[in-house]
This record gives sequence, structure tokens and C-alpha cells, in this order.
Amino acid sequence: MTGPREVSAVLPEWNVGRQSRTDIVRYQGASGDFNPIHHDDEFARAGGMEGAFSVGMLQAGYLGTYCTDLYGPESVRRIKVRFSEQVWPGDVLVCSGRVLSATTGQNGMQRLELELAVRRRGGGVAVTAEATVVVAATS
Amino acid sequence: MLGEYEMVIERGKVAEFARATGSRSPGYFGDDAPIPPTFLVTSSFWAPEGEDALVQRLGLNLPRVLHGGQEFSFPGRLPHAGDRLTVRLTVESVTEKAGRRGGNMTFIVLLTRYLAPDGVVVAESRATTIERGAAS
Repeated sequence: MTGPREVSAVLPEWNVGRQSRTDIVRYQGASGDFNPIHHDDEFARAGGMEGAFSVGMLQAGYLGTYCTDLYGPESVRRIKVRFSEQVWPGDVLVCSGRVLSATTGQNGMQRLELELAVRRRGGGVAVTAEATVVVAATS
Repeated sequence: MLGEYEMVIERGKVAEFARATGSRSPGYFGDDAPIPPTFLVTSSFWAPEGEDALVQRLGLNLPRVLHGGQEFSFPGRLPHAGDRLTVRLTVESVTEKAGRRGGNMTFIVLLTRYLAPDGVVVAESRATTIERGAAS
């Protein structure tokens, strides 16, 4: 896996693309969170929202995939996300990140602390996260 | 403790979840696939009393509830397809804070531990739920 290992290194951005309602519904099915506020406009408006909006955990899931694409499916030891802005159907999302620290243990494994974000193109930062990944130091 | 039940990490569910979160990695499509980092959100499906029971037991007013944050941590190797885990739910903390626009905000941290059959904790999840009180 090719993710950067050096402290302060910037991770290559991942253009997730435009989020469709189908993407949201698909995630709701996969996760089992069927809160209608994420697919039923009428229900969302009754709750004071402009309409149905995305599931925060879908963006968290993208950040998980961002880590595993860069460092491998077995690498993640921790991911902590904070939700700051709603994502709406049609938003174009980009994942970005940076290496905060890197330590090599006696077992030959390297532990990286990462900071991550999901940005809405033309909008703000929707989700921020910290993650810990563990990778073989020599690979 | 809020509840305890068993969940099985199913291969098809792992692949479905990986696809839904934008992964194309072949690593998620095998017999022995590891779970994606946020996969354990699916554990609520296994709650015997149903997914909505927790909201009711905590007495949450759903239209006023926000998901503030979520953390998953894995002390060692990730759970894999085929694993059976015991899911143990607890309330870790409840904190009241004054909201900026009047009214209180209640922060509830739900701690879920996932245990292997030998009793070792293989994953922990912390969900921060925020309930906005009515503005005064």
C-alpha cells in the first residue's frame, strides 16, 4: 500500500464524486439505519429541515475507505469522527488528510496518526476525523 | 448496562457495506474479509428488541437528536467475516451543557464493547448523541 508515512505528509485527495440519493439509500440499507429523515423529504421538512439530507456515518465510512485504500484493509486501529455540517444530495465530496505522527515499534510495525476531513465542493468541511493506522515499517 | 446480544460478521454484509462506502478493494470480497473501519454500526440490526428500542429506552426525543461524533477502536487484529461477537452496550456518560441559544444540550456517550468468544474485547465504539432541549 502506498499511503504516505512521513510526518506532515499530505495524503493524496480522493474525489468521492457527487452524492446521489441512491448512494444515501444504499448506505442506509447496508448500515441498517433507516431514519426516514435521510430519504423522505416530507418527513425531514416536518422536522424543520429543508429536505432529506445525508447520513453522517456515510461520510465517516468514506473516510474509513480512504484510509484502507491508502494503507490496506487490515491497517485501521482507530477512527474518531466529528460531524460539523450536513451533506445534501448532489454535494460533491472530497476526502483529504495529513500525517500527524509516525512511530516505529520493536515489532517492526509503524503506527501513524492521521487527521482527515470530508469537504463539500463549494461548501464547508462536513466531517473531520482522527485515525490511527498500523503498517509494516519495511514494506 | 443497556443490553447484550450476539452478532455474526457476515461475508455478504461486509462486501455490501464496503461497496456502499465507496470501496472497490478485493480485500472485502473474500471468505475471510476484515470488517471496514466503521462496519460495526451494523450491530444494531442484531439487537433482539429491534433497532429503535434503544432510542425509546434512553427516552430520546428523536427530532431533537443529533449525532455529534463516533469513534471505533480496535486493540489488535480486526474482526473478520465468520466471527461471532458479543455486543455489550452501556451508557458511559451523560453531561448537560447550556446551549448557545438558550435551552440545555444533553450529551450522551454510548459505549459499545465487542467481545470475542474468549471474552477478549476486540473493538469498542463510542457514539456521542446530542439532544437539544427546547429553547427557553
